[in-house]
Amino acid sequence: MTQLALREFHVFDAAGGRFLYLVPSAGIFQIDEPSSAIVDLLDRGPCAPEKIVHDLSEQYPEDRLRNGLLELQQIRAIGEAGAPQEQVVNDLPPDGFPITTMVLNVTNKCNLACTYCYEYGEDKIVDTTCSDQPKFMADDTAQEGVELLLKESGPLEVAHLTFFGGETLLNFPVLQDTVAYGRQRAEELGKKIEFSLTTNATLLRPDIIEWLAENEIGVTVSIDGPKEMQDRMRVFHSGKGSYETVQPKIKELLKRHKTRPIGARVTLTRENLDIHRIYEHLTDEMGFWEVGFAPVTTASGRDYEIENEGYERMLRQFDELAHDWLEHAVQNKHHGFSNVKDTLEEIHKGVSKAYPCGAGLGLMGVSTGGDVALCHRFAASDDHNFGTTEDGIDRDRQRQFLEDHHVKHKTDCHTCWARPICAGGCYHEAHTRFGETTAPNLHFCNWVRTWTHTCLEVYGELSARNPDYLTRFDH
Amino acid sequence: MKHLKPINQKAGRIEAQIVREQLDVVGLESAPPTGPHIPMGCSLVFAPGWEVDSSGGTAGLCQPVERDLFDCHLACFWPAHVPDQLNHAQDWTGRCAAAQKDWRKIDLVFP
Repeated sequence: MTQLALREFHVFDAAGGRFLYLVPSAGIFQIDEPSSAIVDLLDRGPCAPEKIVHDLSEQYPEDRLRNGLLELQQIRAIGEAGAPQEQVVNDLPPDGFPITTMVLNVTNKCNLACTYCYEYGEDKIVDTTCSDQPKFMADDTAQEGVELLLKESGPLEVAHLTFFGGETLLNFPVLQDTVAYGRQRAEELGKKIEFSLTTNATLLRPDIIEWLAENEIGVTVSIDGPKEMQDRMRVFHSGKGSYETVQPKIKELLKRHKTRPIGARVTLTRENLDIHRIYEHLTDEMGFWEVGFAPVTTASGRDYEIENEGYERMLRQFDELAHDWLEHAVQNKHHGFSNVKDTLEEIHKGVSKAYPCGAGLGLMGVSTGGDVALCHRFAASDDHNFGTTEDGIDRDRQRQFLEDHHVKHKTDCHTCWARPICAGGCYHEAHTRFGETTAPNLHFCNWVRTWTHTCLEVYGELSARNPDYLTRFDH
Repeated sequence: MKHLKPINQKAGRIEAQIVREQLDVVGLESAPPTGPHIPMGCSLVFAPGWEVDSSGGTAGLCQPVERDLFDCHLACFWPAHVPDQLNHAQDWTGRCAAAQKDWRKIDLVFP
């Protein structure tokens, strides 16, 4: 007789209800009591459908159990015992997949010397101080970058250009020229181009701020928190902390630049884990619209590496902030914890990724000399080169990259329920930690699963308490 | 779905797909027509002749296979295979009042 067994999903509870996060489809269903009882019973091992109905018939009417069994099979939460696991689809993106975002590294120089920096620090991929890459991107290279983006964005109406560094504002003249050029070319082609940049804020001046606001440039400020936290790692070459320099400039930026929301991007390290304090300082005291946190990318054994206890502390605070975010969302209020918002959007859409991020797919980085790379973090690396702004994207190399990095090759991920969202994690993190971009970030598994679980709970709560809020993620 | 409630967009698409699959054979699920049977095109018509009875033959079907001829000839676009009843062979079916009994009376037409 046919036996039924559980297939792949993750169970979570929220708002007094029970939910299934299906893997690999990433669909979320709330299940009723009889269905929940069926899941519990099958959790103890495979069982024949008639026996399931018989065993549970004292608690629930038979027709409800039979319907529950049918529906759970339809969504593939349960299925015939011993049936093979669903194969990861070999779904390479179609040829000529459009590029949505290009990141131009307009300089590889920086006026800060942050200890943990992946571009200059101990874990750098390319030694830009002695490579043949120019220190600053030239105007014509940047314009070639614009042309490449506009061409490779194919049928998309909007293309995104991001300036990165080094410290981007060290090359302010090229930023100005590129934005003007990009706008004009996009208009000629009937497209729209949006600009953004990341800066350490040390070089902001009134005229630059004015230009950023007028040109609707999205700004992300790299900052680690209040003075004592910022000055620990984010220092000038002299060793002097940068807080006193950036604080008034950021205030001025936030006061004047209202055309795009301005975010802070915080690097968490072993010594810098008081997330509540950082969040409060950057939002309430500084006035940032949103704050995103990321643990430092580092090889194993560095002083600033976050270890087990640190991750637990980080997760605890992430969980608390996520629930703060939830209470705000229930009342349709803004809350600036951007990590939760980003994950919730993916959960809402039900993304099931073959690749952890858009790098090498819809996003590419460009080095100061015009080499196109996997992403900005790999700019100028010969091993991660995808062509040049002059000659265009090497689509064969891209295809090979996408073939090699598909989640189907990350066998460790095949038993993990969080793979629709994680897909093995950041290529740069993997390269720094394990020496190869193809490796899944196994040192992060526990934290990714715990964090995803938290976000699923928040999503479930929100779907019950303020479902209208979720339509904000529909676009 | 009665027991499972789709929550996110992907779940909505899964449910829609399940509903689509259930509707796949809707033609067989609908009630028998009450008025005269007007075939709407071959793919929608379940006329005998395309199936067999329980013994593997056609004798026990609820309607004779010959009825097919008229389904195709009158209502479907099949002009090349039957005589042109509008111009050249207006009486082609004149002796065939009831297809199941009289079908043998339909003869070939020579131009």
